Amino acid sequence: MNADQIIPLIFGRLTLEALPLHEPILVVTMIVVALGGVALLGALTYFKLWGYLWKEWFTTVDHKKIGIMYMILGLIMFVRGFADAIMMRLQQAMAFGGSEGYLNAHHYDQIFTAHGVIMIFFVAMPMVTGLMNYVVPLQIGARDVSFPFLNNFSFWMTTAGAIIVMASLFVGEFARTGWLAYPPLSGIGYSPGVGVDYYIWALQIAGVGTTLSGINLIATIVKMRAPGMGMMKMPVFTWTSLCTNVLIVASFPVLTAVLALLTLDRYVGTNFFTNDFGGNPMMYVNLIWIWGHPEVYILILPLFGVFSEIASTFAGKKLFGYTSMVYATVVITILSYLVWLHHFFTMGSGASVNSFFGITTMIISIPTGAKIFNWLFTMYRGRIRFELPMMWLIAFMLTFVIGGMTGVLLAVPPADFVLHNSLFLVAHFHNVIIGGVLFGLFAAINFWWPKAFGFKLDKRWGLISFWCWVPGFWLAFLPLYVLGLMGVTRRMRAFDDPSLQIWFVIAAIGAGVIALGIAAMFVQFVVSIINRDKLRDTTGDPWDGRTLEWATSSPPPDYNFASTPVVHDADAWWDMKRRGYQRPLAGYRAIHMPSNTGTGVIISALCLVMGLALIWYIWWLAALTFAGVLAVSIAHTFNYKRDFDIPADVVRETEEARTRLLAGTEA
Amino acid sequence: MSAETNDHSPDTQHVDHLGHEGHNHGSFRSYMIGFVLSVILTAIPFGLVMTGVLPTQATALLVMAFAVVQIVVHMVFFLHMNSKSEGGWTMLALIFTIIVVVIALSGSLWVMYHLNANMMPATHDMSQMGG
Amino acid sequence: MSTTAIKIDDPTVFHLEEEPHHEEGSSTMLGFWLYLMSDCLIFAMLFAVFGVLGGNYAAGPGPKELFDLNLVAVNTAMLLFSSITYGFAMLAMDKDNRPQTLIWLAITGLFGLAFLGIELYEFGHLIHEGATPQRSAFLSSFFTLVGTHGLHVTFGIVWLVTLMVQVGLKGLIPANKRRLMCLSMFWHFLDVIWIGVFTFVYLLGMLR
Repeated sequence: MNADQIIPLIFGRLTLEALPLHEPILVVTMIVVALGGVALLGALTYFKLWGYLWKEWFTTVDHKKIGIMYMILGLIMFVRGFADAIMMRLQQAMAFGGSEGYLNAHHYDQIFTAHGVIMIFFVAMPMVTGLMNYVVPLQIGARDVSFPFLNNFSFWMTTAGAIIVMASLFVGEFARTGWLAYPPLSGIGYSPGVGVDYYIWALQIAGVGTTLSGINLIATIVKMRAPGMGMMKMPVFTWTSLCTNVLIVASFPVLTAVLALLTLDRYVGTNFFTNDFGGNPMMYVNLIWIWGHPEVYILILPLFGVFSEIASTFAGKKLFGYTSMVYATVVITILSYLVWLHHFFTMGSGASVNSFFGITTMIISIPTGAKIFNWLFTMYRGRIRFELPMMWLIAFMLTFVIGGMTGVLLAVPPADFVLHNSLFLVAHFHNVIIGGVLFGLFAAINFWWPKAFGFKLDKRWGLISFWCWVPGFWLAFLPLYVLGLMGVTRRMRAFDDPSLQIWFVIAAIGAGVIALGIAAMFVQFVVSIINRDKLRDTTGDPWDGRTLEWATSSPPPDYNFASTPVVHDADAWWDMKRRGYQRPLAGYRAIHMPSNTGTGVIISALCLVMGLALIWYIWWLAALTFAGVLAVSIAHTFNYKRDFDIPADVVRETEEARTRLLAGTEA
Repeated sequence: MSAETNDHSPDTQHVDHLGHEGHNHGSFRSYMIGFVLSVILTAIPFGLVMTGVLPTQATALLVMAFAVVQIVVHMVFFLHMNSKSEGGWTMLALIFTIIVVVIALSGSLWVMYHLNANMMPATHDMSQMGG
Repeated sequence: MSTTAIKIDDPTVFHLEEEPHHEEGSSTMLGFWLYLMSDCLIFAMLFAVFGVLGGNYAAGPGPKELFDLNLVAVNTAMLLFSSITYGFAMLAMDKDNRPQTLIWLAITGLFGLAFLGIELYEFGHLIHEGATPQRSAFLSSFFTLVGTHGLHVTFGIVWLVTLMVQVGLKGLIPANKRRLMCLSMFWHFLDVIWIGVFTFVYLLGMLR
């Protein structure tokens, strides 16, 4: 055997050509990331932080720390996803009158694909999951989720998926198919390279984490609620989290199955979605949207819950229409399974099918409308405090509603025939995702940051970020509505009609303003951390909150509650404050807690390598890592001793320290 | 499923010796009933198809009906499915899953039938070629 | 327990004297059931694909040329027997009878292996005849649906062996009993899926 035969055996189809050294933009990115990475790793080593990171963060099973790690992951990937957006805006603003812009098709197509994949799967999903992870156990008076180890594992699988996507930037290439990778384009015939395989394995690995997380949170909400907290006494955020996780468990398996079939087509030569031998690419579109529509409700429902908490807290008033909010959420959950075809009205299913789904799509806007009215009625005659969470709520209501209305417009099949896959569609979904999900996340971050870290976020920089984001969003996307109505198609890289350019230029300026908003947000974080002593909150309840998480210290102790509270009202903490609740000052007991473990990190790392091996056809490595995953998982089950007790003394010390802190505040 | 003020946290409900409330165990009798029923509900469909005594459509409908019944038998006698387990959440999860499955299956068949009819290339039967 | 109930209804009581204790593993059965529901959905999608593509023979062999219903009947019997023997294992577990539990588990595993062996033989025969997964969409769907079920049975057997070792080592402690009950749910669930498979793939396939 000579070298020509051995090297492919060892390295599969990985060669030095996989490094994109001919693309200057990528070379620069690689250098910057490499330098930054070396600096970061060097600093961690120099300050001897690896032990701390491993023991306190990477191996943690504490839902609060896992929640924070999810948020950090989401924020990092947001920067990458936004960089893709800026690049697209620049290209589209430039490429007129014969100019090809600065991005060739090969690169541009990867950018819009990566932008969508990253924003949905590695920004929105992790951040929504992070919020639910952090807040829900606290809101229901629990000490942790039902399956703390699975929680840690889910986080690392999501991170592994993110790493796989990032790796595609430096080794090989990403998919050039759009974020849903329709066949036949995504089949092996038209996409023989590694791009679609990067896409597949990143999503499959992250998808395992997401599905398990869904199971975890449902079980937690069903089983771990404090005494007295019946279903109709749960905080609204917990209700929306429950419905979100039901959607996750009942939709992600569909994505898993569809991607698996695409994988079989690509790796084994089956004929599910091919054009010949009986395959049917339309079946892929059908199945992937059966997942895809519930997915967008997975993204938005938690933020609806956030807004319910914020409306009542910052209007100082009980949420209007708790029962109808719950019913609206449940109705949305069920109806989200009856609308999926509106994503492909134009594929040709005909009038009867299109009418059915058009009608159901219009119906599903109704419960959301009910929620908007409930928030407005909550604010009406309340004592509104214009803190940042409330401001983001108002921005959301104005922005999201308009996006929702364009959605109802698109729900009309004849209208959709004109607007499908135009920039109008792009404007619509960014309108609802940015106005709903992103503004909601900013509201949530400002709202719960003091709980997680013990000090508020700087209001001034938060306002700067807000006032850049909201006008910036409209500047960036209103032109797209105009362009879409004029007939401009999405995902295009260069244009012939010079009269369109002005709109793209305005959109690019808008993107620039948004960039300032994002920068201001990161400045807000840094400034707040530097000034944390001035921004300190020692009460644990900086906003005069209404739900149980505000009963704990900020940050809460590892065990959340020294003694599980009994709940009598939906606004449990508000009720406790009104009735003159006194924290127990004695009678502390030992608390049973789950132990940290490195197994989640290890299995995820093995899955990461396995994914890369499968992408590059390095079969021996794929088999080896797969065997490793099995072996480590089985070995893990032989460990029966997975928890420990926090001694009563430690609990007492922690609680007494808090008593002193609270006394200092009151004095 | 418990609701409102009567729903104390699950740990105040009855907890049996295995540490979980409401979990049903089978008995020898129930397993045997399930087994015998399953054998019958399997043998008859196989027999109908292999012998072909009934017309095709009737056979198909019967075979499908027997499958549904046998699935219920498995759920009741082997999986001990009941409306009390986990405060009714097991049943609710099952019902929700079935609803989603029915929607996805029937919806997909309906949609794909129409898509195929409108969009797939017509098969070229020689007798239909021009001339 | 009733005093606790009274205390919960008393609006001035915010903490119980006895800390409500979540039994270790109290979420396990529900959590595993929820996982099974998600697995059910994966199979449902594979059934949907089979439903849509299962008639696309691409001028290749169809069910009538390929399926041997006698073999399928034997296979079905193997799986059904394995279900009842697992049931007997659970009855023995309820009586805390470790040796009997292990014996019935072993017999279940053997029936499972028989099922897999027959299925592999069937697959091998089909491929040998040229009816490969690549031949047509019908065959792609067939091999994927039936093969995914077979893969699940394989994982089930690995799990079963692991549990036999763990029961052998630690006995029928509560944690092992929970695990055995989860595997029980998994095993019966696979038999439920098989009912769907032999009905919609094999029997209805012969009627197409």
